[in-house]
Amino acid sequence: VILILTLILLPLAAGLVLLCLRPDLPRNILVSGVTLAVCCGTVFLATLPTPVDLSGLRLNPYWINLVMQFVEIGMSIFIIYVGARAKRPLIVALALAQAGLMVWFEVTQGEHLEVVQNLFVDKLSVIMALINGLVGGGICLYALGYMREYHQVAHRDVADRRPFFFALLFIFMGAMFGLIFANNLVWLFLFWEITTLCSFLLIGYTQTDEARRNALRALVMNLAGGLAFAVAIVWLHRQTGRIELQALIASKQSLVLLPAALLCFAGITKSAQLPFSSWLLGAMVAPTPVSALLHSSTMVKAGVYLVLRMAPAVTGTKVGMMVALVGAVTFVVGSLAAITSSEAKRVLAWSTVANLGLIVLCGGIGTYEAVWAGVLLIIFHAVAKCLLFLCVGVVEHKLHSRNIEDMSGLVVRMPRVAIMMQIGMAGMFLAPFGMLISKWAVLKAVVDAYPMLSVFIAFGSAATLFFWVKWMGKLVEVVGTCERIKKELVLGEAIALYGLSAATALACLLFPLISTYFIAPYVAEVYFQSAALPTGDIIGRGNTIIMIIMMAMVMLFPITFFNYGRGVRVTDAYLGGANLHSSTRFLGSASAVENVTMHNYYLRGILSEPWLSRWGVMGSTVLLAAMFLMAFL
Amino acid sequence: MNPWIRLIIYLVAAPFVGGVLAGWDRRISARMQSRQGPPIFQPFYDVLKLCQKENVVVRRSQNYYIFFFLLLAIFTGGLFFGGADLLLVIFALTLAAIFFVLGAYKASSPYSFIGAERELIQMMAYEPMILLTAIGMYMVTKSFAVGDIASHPTLLVLMLPGIFLGFLYTLEIKFRKSPFDLSCSHHAHQELVRGITTEFSGRTLAMIEIAHWYENVFLLGWVYLFFASMPVLGVAVSLLVFVFIILVDNVFARLKWQTALKSAWLVALVFGFGNILVLSLLSAKPAIPAAPAASAVTQPAASGTVPAAAATPALNNAKVIARRN
Repeated sequence: VILILTLILLPLAAGLVLLCLRPDLPRNILVSGVTLAVCCGTVFLATLPTPVDLSGLRLNPYWINLVMQFVEIGMSIFIIYVGARAKRPLIVALALAQAGLMVWFEVTQGEHLEVVQNLFVDKLSVIMALINGLVGGGICLYALGYMREYHQVAHRDVADRRPFFFALLFIFMGAMFGLIFANNLVWLFLFWEITTLCSFLLIGYTQTDEARRNALRALVMNLAGGLAFAVAIVWLHRQTGRIELQALIASKQSLVLLPAALLCFAGITKSAQLPFSSWLLGAMVAPTPVSALLHSSTMVKAGVYLVLRMAPAVTGTKVGMMVALVGAVTFVVGSLAAITSSEAKRVLAWSTVANLGLIVLCGGIGTYEAVWAGVLLIIFHAVAKCLLFLCVGVVEHKLHSRNIEDMSGLVVRMPRVAIMMQIGMAGMFLAPFGMLISKWAVLKAVVDAYPMLSVFIAFGSAATLFFWVKWMGKLVEVVGTCERIKKELVLGEAIALYGLSAATALACLLFPLISTYFIAPYVAEVYFQSAALPTGDIIGRGNTIIMIIMMAMVMLFPITFFNYGRGVRVTDAYLGGANLHSSTRFLGSASAVENVTMHNYYLRGILSEPWLSRWGVMGSTVLLAAMFLMAFL
Repeated sequence: MNPWIRLIIYLVAAPFVGGVLAGWDRRISARMQSRQGPPIFQPFYDVLKLCQKENVVVRRSQNYYIFFFLLLAIFTGGLFFGGADLLLVIFALTLAAIFFVLGAYKASSPYSFIGAERELIQMMAYEPMILLTAIGMYMVTKSFAVGDIASHPTLLVLMLPGIFLGFLYTLEIKFRKSPFDLSCSHHAHQELVRGITTEFSGRTLAMIEIAHWYENVFLLGWVYLFFASMPVLGVAVSLLVFVFIILVDNVFARLKWQTALKSAWLVALVFGFGNILVLSLLSAKPAIPAAPAASAVTQPAASGTVPAAAATPALNNAKVIARRN
């Protein structure tokens, strides 16, 4: 019990301390210490039986609620101030509506609210806590080295506000812990709003015009989700007289359909699904650790977490169908849009949007298979995507570019980073690694529930394949001679990257265990399906074994390199003319010296990103409107 | 037949069958072009000769990718003939192809690079249809296992005519034949030199050949699956399809990659998805209960713990909470 509170409060407290800590050394020590503590805490939590017994928890609800209201009102005032200063009436209106609603609700109903349990910890919370603690902790360590280089070498023009930065990282982390352990929706809402605010401040960290604009966009969209959340709480209370997550899930579907739809909407905004995907793409302006944090362990994962929590409440309904459709459309549009981009972070961002679409799809379908696949997706996506972002961050500092075309020959220039990047990519799309296992399960779940939706997955995954492989190809291709860059990584970065690579590989190898000990019990608990799922495995035992054989086979690939360069004669590439000295130049027609350049295909003649997002936004807006309509009827 | 026996037969016989098919291919093509053509066993002679040649490379590690391509191509067919999950087979197939493409990237020559890019586009073109084929088969037979699909009593092609046509279309791509020989062509009219295989030579090129033989046998095996309930017809149709592909190869000019991609996706959408749509409407009775059944799953959450159906929601929830704690 103490552990849970510590996990929430320690990062928050650390954040406040960091805010006033200017020198590097104490900050490094504090950040490392807290990260270590949080990691140990989450791992220990994972060993506890769930649901964790919280009956020993005696909190004085009066004081806590008072503090919470105080924080909430403070945040609203701050947001209104921000909105007013930026001359964004929409922000002010949304914040006012939300704050007004919550204050009114708490003043009129506050006395009668009976909450049996404010916190709740089950397997899903534990999984999320592990992701948040380990992946988020890794990002904090990485940020130590990265931000020093960011301010001292790469971006001297940006004001050094590192105390503020690290404070926000930890507050973010603490809020995320609160979010996943909260059962009282009012509490959950508070943490939800803290993450919104933190992401706003972090995206705007560099304070350039672009950063400010994108931060405000993120704020508007997430406030819209927050308003939906607030309405959901009030409506749920009116319908059932309760404001607990577990109560909502356990209620009759017809009774809670509207709150569930509203919460799904909130989740969709936070996880940057289609009409709202632009905020996540805009968030790239922030330093890399922020992107990694937003994309992998916190923020967007909070959104899909909520959607997956709602899964039992919407499964089989038209609302669920619409949520699933939004996810499916997002998956296809995101994957196609990723093809057209040559900027590494943008590709990653679109791929995050697409993968979250898959998770939302799972939540919308809401059968036990789908939820199983969704949770697995969350795990694999968090680890692999974080690894990729952090690798791109390192590469960006060394090569001063995040264009994929410039990463040609990276395997020679920065072998360690390139290999880790490939591990991350393999984890993202390649059979038999992580995401593919879950994609497979998603496909099965979809075919059983709504066969029509499978067409989205078929097209989307084909596009996914294309943009990942061409990126991988760019990394391994070596034209001419490349210098190896010295000192690829500093300590914190190295710990984070090696740790995450190991985590990606382990998560892939050990996924049957993860499934058996974490996901299957959760799904069984929610759906009472334990008897039907002896191993809790959607894929089946035989197939799992084949997968592991395949995985072992692919992992043998590096061994072939022991034979490196033996029994072959090395020659220049064929260039269609007389080669000059090497494979980089040749004598073309009329004895002109031509340079060799190779560029990937981006299919921009067929696909255009603005076109895709415009139609995607329109389509998904219609779907969301239909969702609300169906929830009302 | 025991799946293990089938698997071993595949592993041993597939290169032989594939090689002979390749020989027939060259012979029939030659006859279509009014030539005599090489002996049937010419592909084997070629491969044997390649094995004796020097191994010339641009990048020292490029050949390892090809070795894994061969390994995984064999593995894919092995899974298929061993009766494993059809989706798993598709994933293995994709993985094999990715190793091939990465090998070509690794070679870092402009021609192999373009070949690799085009091969990727082709993969993107055929992947949806192949997935939809597996899904269509699942919808009819209620199983993804190749073994179960093969022993299903109905003639699948009758239920999946659209998917069969779409699958034929993707076969054209997968066999890398005109009009889809974008990434590497065996015809002489090749502006990309030898495309994806440009920089591979000697034993490595022989490996690519053998991998294609394995792959072709596997693909024809999949065609057979559509007719699995009538084995003789199945084998006949598979061979007929092969001849048909050769005919198309000789009749058509190469398409641009844009056209290839668009047309393949259109075919997948119209024939593949159309077929699935019709199937799910036809079998509305077994298909739609999937949704209510799913929702019924959650009902015990409310009704299972509180037997009285008339219990108020609040009471209902309170009990659920109590039970959970």
